[in-house]
Amino acid sequence: MTTADIADKSSPPAAKPIHPRLVRWWHWINAFAMFFMIGSGWRIYNASPIFKFRFIEDLTIGGWLGGALQVHFAAMWLFVINGLVYLIYGFVSGHFRRSFWPLRPRDVWRDFNLALAAKLEHHTGVYNAVQRLAYIGVIVALVGIVYSGLAVWKPVQFQTLAWTLGGYEGARIVHFLAMSAIVAFILLHLTLVALVPRTLLPMLWGRARGEHKTDGGGVS
Amino acid sequence: MTIEKPVARALLRDDNDIRKIERRLFLKQTLSVGALTLLTGCDVTDIGAVQKVTAAMSKWNDGVQAALFSQTRLAPEYAESDITRPFPFNAYYKRDRVPFVDGATYKLEVSGLVQNKQSWTLDQLRALPQASQITRHVCVEGWSAIGKWGGVPFRAFLERIGADTRAAYVGFKCADDYYSSLDMATALHPQTLLALTYADQTLPPQYGFPMKLRIPTKLGFKNPKHIMTMFVTNDYPGGYWEDKGYNWFSGS
Ligand code: HEM
Repeated sequence: MTTADIADKSSPPAAKPIHPRLVRWWHWINAFAMFFMIGSGWRIYNASPIFKFRFIEDLTIGGWLGGALQVHFAAMWLFVINGLVYLIYGFVSGHFRRSFWPLRPRDVWRDFNLALAAKLEHHTGVYNAVQRLAYIGVIVALVGIVYSGLAVWKPVQFQTLAWTLGGYEGARIVHFLAMSAIVAFILLHLTLVALVPRTLLPMLWGRARGEHKTDGGGVS
Repeated sequence: MTIEKPVARALLRDDNDIRKIERRLFLKQTLSVGALTLLTGCDVTDIGAVQKVTAAMSKWNDGVQAALFSQTRLAPEYAESDITRPFPFNAYYKRDRVPFVDGATYKLEVSGLVQNKQSWTLDQLRALPQASQITRHVCVEGWSAIGKWGGVPFRAFLERIGADTRAAYVGFKCADDYYSSLDMATALHPQTLLALTYADQTLPPQYGFPMKLRIPTKLGFKNPKHIMTMFVTNDYPGGYWEDKGYNWFSGS
């Protein structure tokens, strides 16, 4: 199928991709960086667990504490710079306002129940209220993990940051909680993508093959 | 001395960890990077390349931390009641292997870019103006503990021996195999202390008798214990853990 075919079938012609190019680049670079951040973070946690468990070592990255720290503090630059570009773009271009707003509790409740009943329609390019809540939530958690991470990394130089989280030990716990929220999001996110796999291609290439404006069934 | 349970458990595990590290290091790194290889589609021969990237980033992070470091920003100080009791023992060996140093014959050797290379007995060091601090020791492993150290402000000591404070590094060699080094900016920080006491008592062996460098703006492993020799230099001296891969600057 050629691009001309796609243009013919969609009315009006899809001049704009479903997901802006910058969002797609951010998304996959972020997924790559998160993989290293979380894997190495779990290895660092294992060196001195806060709670009464450790992560399975084979799920961690870095091989030992020193290796994990190197990976963590290398991937952090990719993760943070990439994230800043996305945040600035999201606010300045209106992408966040257009895609995540409005967000009304009653819409979330409605879409949540529709989703449970498998009756939620998926409109490609439009996020349902449950998605909007999840995306806003994970963006807040991503900002929170950087904030608490800076406090754990430099509890003296950034002591004001650390102080707002209850000091070094408090910042460690906030950092862990933010990680937990992000991991919970990823599990939900991957489940939904698995349930509605046709959302995947537009996130990669910008548009789906032979897409229609409205497709039925499921959320992603 | 007994250690509070959670801390004791953490420390025991860490002891084991550290001994297993070297053995496991190669294997595990290979395995994890192998998993990455699958994910990224890179060739297995890229393992060295991955390590090169993370090692280069660690150097970059040294520079970033040096830029963030402020000689006037002080580490928070705490009240006596905040002190962690008992303060944890931590080393790359067990407590029964703590080196024995005879305080009566001990002399701190000073060398490198300094005008006065005379050695210092403990009594001579104790006769210098003393200071004390209650600060948080943050370990690279993640745990932290608050303790009280007293001794000679390191900046005053460097000035007294006529150290070239434009040199890049101060290096330390210890009574065990340990060695480490500092950037000059941190060496001159007002809270960097040549510690001779812990909790107002002579520094006990497990905390580094006869002296340790107490640096509240650095991670714990950058605070060498049982110091025998110190030197000022422009040649990067590295360190025991630094040479194994811990970030050299490791500021906090
Ligand atoms: C390999 C793992 C991942 C896959 C397969 C994946 C897949 C997707 C897909 C298909 C969409 C578009 C959904 C739609 O159009 O309805 C999407 C959007 C999104 N994903 Fe992921 N994702 C992954 C990892 C992550 C991670 C790790 C995060 C963050 C921690 C994340 C955060 C987001 C966000 C915030 C959006 C909305 C982007 C926007 O429109 O600005 N994803 N993802």
